[in-house]
Amino acid sequence: MDYIPNTDADRDEMLKVVGVKSVDDLFADVPEKLRFPKLDLPPALTEMEMLQELQALGDENDDLNHIACFLGAGAYNHFVPKVVDSIISRGEFYTAYTPYQPEISQGTLQAHFEYQSMIAALTGMEVSNVSHYDGATAVAEAVIQALQVGRGKRLKVVLSPTLNPQYREVVHTYIQGMGVTTVGEDAPLGDLDALASLAEKDVACVIVQNPDFLGRLYTRGEMQALADKVHAAGALFVVSVDPVSLGLFTPPGHYGADVACGEGQPLGNTLSFGGPYVGFYAMKLDDVRKSAGRIVGETVDVDGKRGYVLTLSTREQHIRRDKASSNICSNQALNALAAAIHMAAMGKHGLRKAAELSYHKAHYAAALIDKLEGYAVKSDGLFFKEFIIQCPQPVAEINQRLLDEWGILGGYDLGSDYPELDGHMLICVTEMNNRAEIEALAEALAGMSAIATEDLEGQDESNDVEEVA
Amino acid sequence: MAYKFDAKARYARSHEWVRVEGDVAVVGVSDYAQHLLSDIVYVELPEVGDTLTKGESMGTVESVKAAEDAYAPVSGEVIEVNTELEDNPEWVNEDPYNKAWLIKVTLSDESELADLMDATTYEAYVQEEEEKGGH
Repeated sequence: MDYIPNTDADRDEMLKVVGVKSVDDLFADVPEKLRFPKLDLPPALTEMEMLQELQALGDENDDLNHIACFLGAGAYNHFVPKVVDSIISRGEFYTAYTPYQPEISQGTLQAHFEYQSMIAALTGMEVSNVSHYDGATAVAEAVIQALQVGRGKRLKVVLSPTLNPQYREVVHTYIQGMGVTTVGEDAPLGDLDALASLAEKDVACVIVQNPDFLGRLYTRGEMQALADKVHAAGALFVVSVDPVSLGLFTPPGHYGADVACGEGQPLGNTLSFGGPYVGFYAMKLDDVRKSAGRIVGETVDVDGKRGYVLTLSTREQHIRRDKASSNICSNQALNALAAAIHMAAMGKHGLRKAAELSYHKAHYAAALIDKLEGYAVKSDGLFFKEFIIQCPQPVAEINQRLLDEWGILGGYDLGSDYPELDGHMLICVTEMNNRAEIEALAEALAGMSAIATEDLEGQDESNDVEEVA
Repeated sequence: MAYKFDAKARYARSHEWVRVEGDVAVVGVSDYAQHLLSDIVYVELPEVGDTLTKGESMGTVESVKAAEDAYAPVSGEVIEVNTELEDNPEWVNEDPYNKAWLIKVTLSDESELADLMDATTYEAYVQEEEEKGGH
């Protein structure tokens, strides 16, 4: 934080300008008895004492510099090069306010343009907008776009049950009162054919996630087959995708997606207690006018010099107004910038390496855990960096002990979103997890399985004793 | 300001025109309307087969300044839409009465044409609007 000095001379000058004699005069309108209420506070601390106190409080937090993380499920612990922080912290960029008026600076516009270009390349799509709030709102905007394309004649949306449950909730919130219905959430998990069969003439779009919320990765062939069926019904095919996976696997633009969107946090944005994040959104050029948000374009000025412009500006706000289909006219400028710097710094090879490491480490972890007594890897198809394990103990109990005894943040408890997966944990492994962490996780889990058995035996004995008594 | 008018067309107070060509009525927006909107960037049209009711919205004309509904000046069924406007919305500015026709319809009630203004009456109406609105 900047230190801005404030001298007696500065103060005198300010008082003179506003026309009062002293700072106390500024409070003259506050009744005197209320001006200095007695506050029940401990004695004041010196700066040094205060820093020690705050440090001690801060030390009680567990953060990912000190514990190993195997939690994913939508927010991911990936490597962020230091250059990201260093550039987004520059005064020209660093503001909590998203610049979006026509006078937006050329530098910001160019940064947005670079972001869009890289997102379009990464997803294999024709055009990207400047971003939405997060993965969930990006998916919801895809629904709105599809309803627009469907011209009010297609009022049904097919949601895959393995689309992130939070995204599905946001979609339900968005479509309230619009006369839109959703189907598909009760389809068998991972069954793309079941979703395809729901694509009828009244369906605006079919939304799936790849890799899906349970970690399963669908092949290009499987996705293309679904895309073909969706298009045959005249609906849009929307794919929510982990951008990190695209360093290694086929992008949605190559298997027929009309919209490729998702959570951009894994690109250059730290977990940060859940936000702010950034939703990326890429589409086919045909439907750009039906989409929300804004798009920066490259052009030339009157002198023929390269310049950047809001080609699709905040039309919802100042052009379409009452005809707007979405009220989203902002974007996540700083987070999108972080994603752009991340992609530029990592480059094609760096993004591929991060994806490869995540893939191999996740498969190493799965192989270790699958061998443990009482555990079983339940991901039957291909997976990228997340997989399901069946646990011998309630997941919440395992996680508590992992954290307390091993300094490990365990996986996602799937039972809360998928009752049929009660007792199953979704483990996430990225390039950030080293071999020692992965082996510690396996050792910790093994120990809990054994203790579980002992506990059970102990309980049996005590039951026996009671029965005897 | 001098605006262009097509003597063969009839006009609605909401600035759309209709020109009957054989069995078909061609519909567009007037030169005055495109002047008010300025640079047109997008035209959203109904689909072939849609049934239009006179006075109801049949699409949207979006410029760099505003998005305005285009209202059906007559009732009928849409038999053709000018898909070339998707890529050439500026035609609405350049040639609103010919290249930038919006849709073609089969009239369901020819008597509706009588409710519309002829070019001379519309020109006077535009003149009045100009004086009133100060455009």
